[in-house]
Amino acid sequence: MIVAEKKPIEEIIDMVKDHEKLLVVGCNECVTVCEAGGKKEVGVLASALRMYFMNQGKKVDIDEITLERQCDHEYLEELRARIDQYDAVISLACGVGVQFMAETYFNTPVYPGVNTCFMGVTEERGVWSERCQGCGQCILGRTAGICPISRCAKRLLNGPCGGSAKGKCEISKDLDCAWQLIIDRLQELDRLDDYEEIAPIKDWSTERAGGPRTVVREDVRQ
Amino acid sequence: MRLRYPDTIRIVRVPCTGKVDVLHILRAFEKGADGVYVVGCLEGDCRFENGNLRARKRVEQAKAILNKVGIGGDRVKMFNLSSGEGPKFAEYAVEMTQKIEALGPNPIKKAKEKLAA
Repeated sequence: MIVAEKKPIEEIIDMVKDHEKLLVVGCNECVTVCEAGGKKEVGVLASALRMYFMNQGKKVDIDEITLERQCDHEYLEELRARIDQYDAVISLACGVGVQFMAETYFNTPVYPGVNTCFMGVTEERGVWSERCQGCGQCILGRTAGICPISRCAKRLLNGPCGGSAKGKCEISKDLDCAWQLIIDRLQELDRLDDYEEIAPIKDWSTERAGGPRTVVREDVRQ
Repeated sequence: MRLRYPDTIRIVRVPCTGKVDVLHILRAFEKGADGVYVVGCLEGDCRFENGNLRARKRVEQAKAILNKVGIGGDRVKMFNLSSGEGPKFAEYAVEMTQKIEALGPNPIKKAKEKLAA
């Protein structure tokens, strides 16, 4: 999932302080799972904002809604009939949702309510960590299902580097060396011979370095 | 025991303090409550294992939010006692009431009156 963190309330207040009618929009997908932008967080933020503005003696109407997704037209369209009632929208979706909302409702200011962090997993409740950088050319088949692009600080394709010590990365004693993990798992799978193969130079043009990306599937396109 | 405690307190019963959400606490303040305190079982004695520990975290979250929006995090507190400690329940009620009286009314109430005028 896409992992996000709640923005500090004071930052959100600063963004929306000049508006009088706000809609706080949550998203039922990834940000709900990482407890940053689901229905509950929408309720908490809306309540906090109402109290803040009320306490400032300012009348600000704040409504709440949580859409199934904000990265698909069909769900964003649910706001079409009521969007004009609002001066601005605070979207608690990831950066993708915020942008799609802004594209869909061109005349309505849209503000982000979360900081979008990475694509990752829930290690345990309250702990999320990165697993994928969307490089566009997956090599997990060669690396025992452990991604050196997202989990090695240097994104090495033939690791480990000299900074790996006792299974940890030199940048942090809490960070596992991705290549140590790869070697350990290859050994477990009895595939250590694969490790001897030198990985070719990766085509980084499919990664963000090649500019904004688009996937077009003519077989499903309408 | 017929213990007395301040009649300014309104009790909201929940099956376990683990049921109490940040939102419940915030809404109470939004509606004008001067203070909210959560009374849970002793830590380590939760029938549902960690309900009271969850409640404690939520009270902390509410405290942080209330501080940021100018209501004051001191208006919310978590207490723990066993179900056999009636006198302690009354004691906590007095303690919280005195604390809230010292803090004064929820500023939201005044602000609401001003806006309505």
